[in-house]
Amino acid sequence: MASRIVMSKLSPTMEEGRVLKWVKQEGDPVESGDVVVEVETDKATMEVETMGSGVLRKILVEEDATVPTGTTLGVVAAEDEDISAIIEESGAVAPAAVPAAAAAQGPATGEPSAPTGGAAVPSPAEDGGRLKASPLAKRMADERGIRLEALHGTGPGGRIIKRDIEAAASAGAPTPTAATPQTDYGIPYERVELSQLRKAIARNLIQSLGPIPHFFLTREIDMGEVLRLRGELNESLAESGTKIGVNDIIVKTAAQALSEHPDVNVSFAGDHIRKFSRVDIGIAVAVPDGLITPVLRDAANKGLRQISAESRDLIDRTRERKLTPEDYQGATFTISNLGMYGIDEFTAVINPPAATILAVGATREKPVAVDGAVEIRPRMRVTLSCDHRAVDGAMGAGFLATFAEMLENPLRLVL
Amino acid sequence: MATKITQSDKLLGLDRAALVEMLRWMILGRRFEERAGEMYQLGEVGGFCHLYIGQEAVAVGALTPLRSDDYVITAYRDHVHGLVRGMDPGAIMAELFGRIDGSSKGKGGSMHLFDSSVNFLGGHAIVGGHLPIAVGIGYAIRYRDTDQVCVCFLGDSVANIGAFNEALNMAALFQLPVVFIIENNQYGMGTAVHRAAAIENLADRACAYSGMQGWTIEGMEVLEVRRTVELAVERARSHKLPSLIEAKTYRFVGHSMSDPNYGHYRTKEEVHQFKAHDDPIKGYIEILRAHGTIKESDLSDIEAEVKKIVDDSVEFAKQSPVPQPDDLYNDIYSEEYPDARRRDPWR
Amino acid sequence: MAVITYRDALNQALREEMRRDPDIFLMGEEVGAYQGAYKVSRGLLEEFGEWRVRDMPIAELGFTGLGVGAAMVGLRPIVEYMTWSFALLAIDGIVNSAAKMRYMSGGQFKMPITFRGPSGAANQLAATHSQALDSWYAHVPGLKVVAPATARDAKGLLKSAIRDDDPVVFLEGELLYGSKDDVPEAEDFTLPLGVSEIKRPGRDVTVVVHSRPLHSALAAAETLEREDGISVEVIDPRTLRPMDIDTVLESVRRTNRCVIVEEGWPVCGIGSQIVDDIQREAFDYLDAPIARVTGADAPHPYATNLEQLHFPQADLIVKAIRQVCYRD
Repeated sequence: MASRIVMSKLSPTMEEGRVLKWVKQEGDPVESGDVVVEVETDKATMEVETMGSGVLRKILVEEDATVPTGTTLGVVAAEDEDISAIIEESGAVAPAAVPAAAAAQGPATGEPSAPTGGAAVPSPAEDGGRLKASPLAKRMADERGIRLEALHGTGPGGRIIKRDIEAAASAGAPTPTAATPQTDYGIPYERVELSQLRKAIARNLIQSLGPIPHFFLTREIDMGEVLRLRGELNESLAESGTKIGVNDIIVKTAAQALSEHPDVNVSFAGDHIRKFSRVDIGIAVAVPDGLITPVLRDAANKGLRQISAESRDLIDRTRERKLTPEDYQGATFTISNLGMYGIDEFTAVINPPAATILAVGATREKPVAVDGAVEIRPRMRVTLSCDHRAVDGAMGAGFLATFAEMLENPLRLVL
Repeated sequence: MATKITQSDKLLGLDRAALVEMLRWMILGRRFEERAGEMYQLGEVGGFCHLYIGQEAVAVGALTPLRSDDYVITAYRDHVHGLVRGMDPGAIMAELFGRIDGSSKGKGGSMHLFDSSVNFLGGHAIVGGHLPIAVGIGYAIRYRDTDQVCVCFLGDSVANIGAFNEALNMAALFQLPVVFIIENNQYGMGTAVHRAAAIENLADRACAYSGMQGWTIEGMEVLEVRRTVELAVERARSHKLPSLIEAKTYRFVGHSMSDPNYGHYRTKEEVHQFKAHDDPIKGYIEILRAHGTIKESDLSDIEAEVKKIVDDSVEFAKQSPVPQPDDLYNDIYSEEYPDARRRDPWR
Repeated sequence: MAVITYRDALNQALREEMRRDPDIFLMGEEVGAYQGAYKVSRGLLEEFGEWRVRDMPIAELGFTGLGVGAAMVGLRPIVEYMTWSFALLAIDGIVNSAAKMRYMSGGQFKMPITFRGPSGAANQLAATHSQALDSWYAHVPGLKVVAPATARDAKGLLKSAIRDDDPVVFLEGELLYGSKDDVPEAEDFTLPLGVSEIKRPGRDVTVVVHSRPLHSALAAAETLEREDGISVEVIDPRTLRPMDIDTVLESVRRTNRCVIVEEGWPVCGIGSQIVDDIQREAFDYLDAPIARVTGADAPHPYATNLEQLHFPQADLIVKAIRQVCYRD
């Protein structure tokens, strides 16, 4: 007569127990009252004795596994006895193989449940995690900002269908996603479908301001020297047809300053910070349906002429949509310049994986106190957004100081 | 009952111009096919391409006595029938090339030549499929009570298919002006006639249909073909009676371009025998010479003229553009067919 | 308007068209002296004479080709098959000759020919005489395929088919010949090919059905309205090629559910194509998988009970509609 060895409820508070050690092994003869296995409860280590005699035919729960009370741990039976029914009934395969955490979710009493379901409609999670919804239901949910995961499908196999969305919408129960407005407030609007680019931007940036703790540092910089230098450079380069722009100088300056502040040229990577040994500058370029950030590689080691030429090429190819992914992925620092749109100052959202982004405003003539006298000077305001997980205020400020000093004394660039 | 007509010793009372014109058609047919074969080997022509070399006397003898308002229909070995019926050689060659200026805008190919302007109704590639169509043309002639005639060419193998009986029965039953001409070139593809038909002379099958006359004739002799067809056409035109002519001929080339000239199913000697002693063009030239109808310079003049026609047809075909992608979905219905594109967003 | 049978509606269409255009003639087995195997051509031989109402030998391939040839030179033949099952002997003439003549002649030859006759099952005629091969013909570019379910549609569509310059396969319901309907008497009454008709408007589910099963679907709709409160929209495409799928799509976008019914076999059936059109153009509007109710995927049996079981009866349509409405 076969008997089971069970994870008994050994204390009033015990809901699960861990198999510490099998004293007997499969095939060992056992007598009623023999200790066959040691288990650990929430209170103590206990020895479990067998009620039957014969051979320890089957061990169903391995050592170190945690299972709910009531789980069959092993079977003792005569040597030639058929125990397949017991094993099957015990849901043998599952407890023996499933890791402790999963097994702990089983029922608190009785036999561990076999995978065969009851009459209940399985929830999406029970169906291998695949969410089933009719195409119409998906579209309606999308339009109304209803999260399908929050719904219980009443169609066959738990399929979420139109009536489930309607019920959810009228109950007001569902959680609207943060990104999608729930209603149009009765204001007329034109529905503009998301382009692939717009979707990508949304996907990428939602990972930014949400999860990334931003802080912002602003500084005003005198641009007089830069403008003078640019004029001289372009005069001397006139014959070659090259024309250096202010933005090219900003890119070059930022790269140079970053190479002096490698702590800012970083990325926060969960359990570590990546400190890049090369400065790759992303340049935000507006296109009709969004924004693309082509990357100028190794900018610190390139001269102004080269930066100017490469930057022009990248911008042209961006507008012609001829970039390859290698062209716009993986900047270590980004520059977003809205000066040409007349913006004085703004804050930019960090473009992962970089930890910083520089928002550049317009250069404007302003009265400034210089050595006790008021002068009209061309001034530009920049704001550095920093990922606080990787960059602290002082680090960011240090970088900005160098950046500003270089622009105000651009000869340093040449040195 | 089948009547055997032998060597034609007279020139059917035809004048010199008519006699020379027949020679000219035969030579044009020969040279056109030789060039078509060459173009096939050069890859300009594709698909199934069946050449008529050796059989010229049948098409020329049968088509030259017809009126322009008569109807002609044939099977897939159709280039020379189209030519002699009056199709533009350039349009035929362009069709073989798959070009837009082809007779079917490049959509029919070698086996599907059509030209409604000369009442040439195809160019049909399913063996036997066009016999009932010929009967329908004959029916329409009677329906409209005109004195037109429909001439229908068919291969020897067609005599064994069910449609042959259905068509000939109806032609006789309704007394339709249709002349069926079997071009018995001895082989249905690679199967010798005697291995496929349980009868020696296929035209003897005419006896199964009341009012239908059958002739088995020497199809290598253009004058004999012509004389017989004239008799059959007269029966059709004046008496609304169908006929069945079996012209025994021989093709000097393979069944199609994918069949060598000397296939496994016939011997080289046999082919050489026919070419040496039974070439319809050589034979006709001898007759014309014997009657003093032509001199050597006539021959060279014809060859030169024909060469230019064939050269021009190839040049025309080469210059013609391929069809436009839009042509894929044109000419399916009498009106536009947008569903095809709607279900096919990628092509 | 007059209430007449489907048979007489066809007879009217033939007579009116033949009176209108002397190029039209009718041919087939028993169309003349016998007055038509199903009496569709009753009285026509007497009125039009034997050249225009021609009894044919039993030679489907032969007289189909005869029609093709006559059409090539400008006549407008109407070829009657005693049943479409016999047209299997003529498939080369229909598919290889009629359907492709315009295309392979580069547009030189039009093909104004109508192939018509009874299709589908009758009563206990068993496998060789009972089949709906609608999808065979609808498969072929160059053919148009029409399958009217009512006397009115039969008359209006046959007249249009005869006037059409393309080959039309006109599938009459063998068991519909005796069915009656209000049919306009005006000689200029026609119905355009390629236009679906909403036979019954509804809100909850779209049923697409042609030919005889239309009547099963309408009965099913009544039942569901009464017993379940389900409002069923029934659409008859009437022309299977080219099909007016837009009416179907518009309906499915409203109801979000669709059941397609046909008498033919399920594999590669008419419904298969409709399913494809819907999933391609109205995917986001579906709230349930599309259901199909077809003839059984078996040859047609002789025994009455099995024969009844073979057909897409109303009770099967009711079940399918309940399923797509999540009511089962």
